[in-house]
Amino acid sequence: MSSNTLTLAPGHEPVYLRILGWMRRDLRGTASLLVLLAMVAAAVLAPWIAPYAPADQDLANTLAPPSAEHWLGTDDLGRDVFSRLVHGASMSIYAAFLAVGIGLLVGVPFGLLAGFLGGWVDEVISRCIDALLSFPAIVLAVAVTGAMGIGLTNAMIAVGLVFAPQLARLVRARTLVVRRELYVDAARCFGASTGRILVRHVLPNAIQPVIVQATLLLAVALLAEASLSFLGLGIQPPDVSWGAMLARAYLYMEIAPEQMYAPGLMIMITALAFNALGESLRVALDPTMKSR
Amino acid sequence: MNRKAKMLYRRLLQAVPIMILATFVVFSLMQLLPGDIAVTLAGENASEERIAEIRELYGLNQPFLVQYGSWLWHAIQGDLGSSLLTGEAVAETVSRTFPTTLFVVVYAIVLSVLIGVPLGILAASRPGSPKDSFIMSVASLGVAVPNFWLGMILVLLLSLTLNLFPATGFVSPTEDFAGAIWYATLPALALSTGGIAEVARQLRGSLVEIHHSQHVRTLHAKGLSPAKILWKHGLKNVSVNLLTVVSLLFTKILAATVVVEAVFAIPGMGSAVVNAVLEGDFPLVQGAVLAMVVTVIVVNLTTDMLYTVLDPRID
Repeated sequence: MSSNTLTLAPGHEPVYLRILGWMRRDLRGTASLLVLLAMVAAAVLAPWIAPYAPADQDLANTLAPPSAEHWLGTDDLGRDVFSRLVHGASMSIYAAFLAVGIGLLVGVPFGLLAGFLGGWVDEVISRCIDALLSFPAIVLAVAVTGAMGIGLTNAMIAVGLVFAPQLARLVRARTLVVRRELYVDAARCFGASTGRILVRHVLPNAIQPVIVQATLLLAVALLAEASLSFLGLGIQPPDVSWGAMLARAYLYMEIAPEQMYAPGLMIMITALAFNALGESLRVALDPTMKSR
Repeated sequence: MNRKAKMLYRRLLQAVPIMILATFVVFSLMQLLPGDIAVTLAGENASEERIAEIRELYGLNQPFLVQYGSWLWHAIQGDLGSSLLTGEAVAETVSRTFPTTLFVVVYAIVLSVLIGVPLGILAASRPGSPKDSFIMSVASLGVAVPNFWLGMILVLLLSLTLNLFPATGFVSPTEDFAGAIWYATLPALALSTGGIAEVARQLRGSLVEIHHSQHVRTLHAKGLSPAKILWKHGLKNVSVNLLTVVSLLFTKILAATVVVEAVFAIPGMGSAVVNAVLEGDFPLVQGAVLAMVVTVIVVNLTTDMLYTVLDPRID
């Protein structure tokens, strides 16, 4: 009587089992998710994890090599590098999510409208997308930051505006497919308004590639934050981000080269994790890519 | 007119609105400046008369679209205004610094292709093998590494420690080509990691796809060697795709020069833009961004047209 064991049809198993199953199948995705969760935890718990405040100075000990007192040494102002790294995590991650959030907030509605309404609306929005995509991303961000005022939030709004056309184009392409589906016709027959159809029926079905792209863009945003802060256009003292730490490390590169390793590695690992998670999501969300 | 010529013509026409919209965005950047632009342009402690004079000079008392029209008209004639700081004509600054930036960008693209193509072929030769996984992992690193940080590491390793390359600076290729290459190698290398990764991935993807196609299976069955299949049938098919990748790389690498030029103290347009933003020299920002965007549009248009001409399947 071996058929007594109960097997659940796929899709009907409890959520935690599905998640466990995914974690077992996709080690890379699991690892990247854990790395990111650890980063977020470090960012949230920074005041408790970091042995010093990010601006605390130990002036007798500037540009010191790693020691028991300062695990990763100190910077040119005698500030503890490890503490700044932990505190910098929150700013770098906040910056990445802010930029992608703005990209989604601006890009998704325009993409939906262009794809759903078609006609001249589509024509106008699509040409604007094409034009905006011709701007080298960081250059546009640099110029917009310059116009709006230097600072992390403005810099990331600028980066978000650079992301918007990419996301809009993606949403538009999906919407073009989804709007021909029967359920959209059905909703229309029941008298649903365009707004309701867009939000309740088109958006949920067009959003999958956007989730993947948004995850990949988190990595791009993180690198953009680092670049802009490195140039002095992003975060301003006394706040600290990994890019800003690299900017200071650059100045003292010949005397204390070890200053630049840790922030750069953190940026690279986090960007790598966002990219890997994005790829995993692409596989997990795409029904045509079951085997891998 | 045959179909190909018609397609080329249509593509050319499509570029016109893009160009107009892009220039409009560049012009509108100025309007994002907080407060009265005339006051900003006049600089600190300017008198009321001076501000009024500036307003008249820049046509700031006219409707927005009229201002845009006149700005565009001047820009087409090569008049991009002059720097608020040095008074140098912006067009002059652009033509002095842009070739420097372009030299580094083109060098980085060449490196991306020279390194990325063999890696892609190697990875595709045994899909799923340890060699393939290793190459693709390195490619993932190439996309995730901050290129200015890589630049710093390269300087530390190859110039400060091993003394193989100069740490910073630039030599004009028209004066001393070998010297220019020598100076631009580290910046180009730092800029090319993402490109190497993208070329390798793209090439691997298309080659694997072609390996599985019917016609390659037939060639195998007929006894053609793998090398011959790769050269005569594989690469020929994917080389056109590579063109698209390269044109996308151009935009990405051009953007990245803004940071990498700062690391290597290269007197290119990237550094010029950043300094102009930090100093509030807005005409220079506008002119430099305009030059970059127009170049990107022209490069994209050219690749698209080449694609149409080269790909025999488009007819």
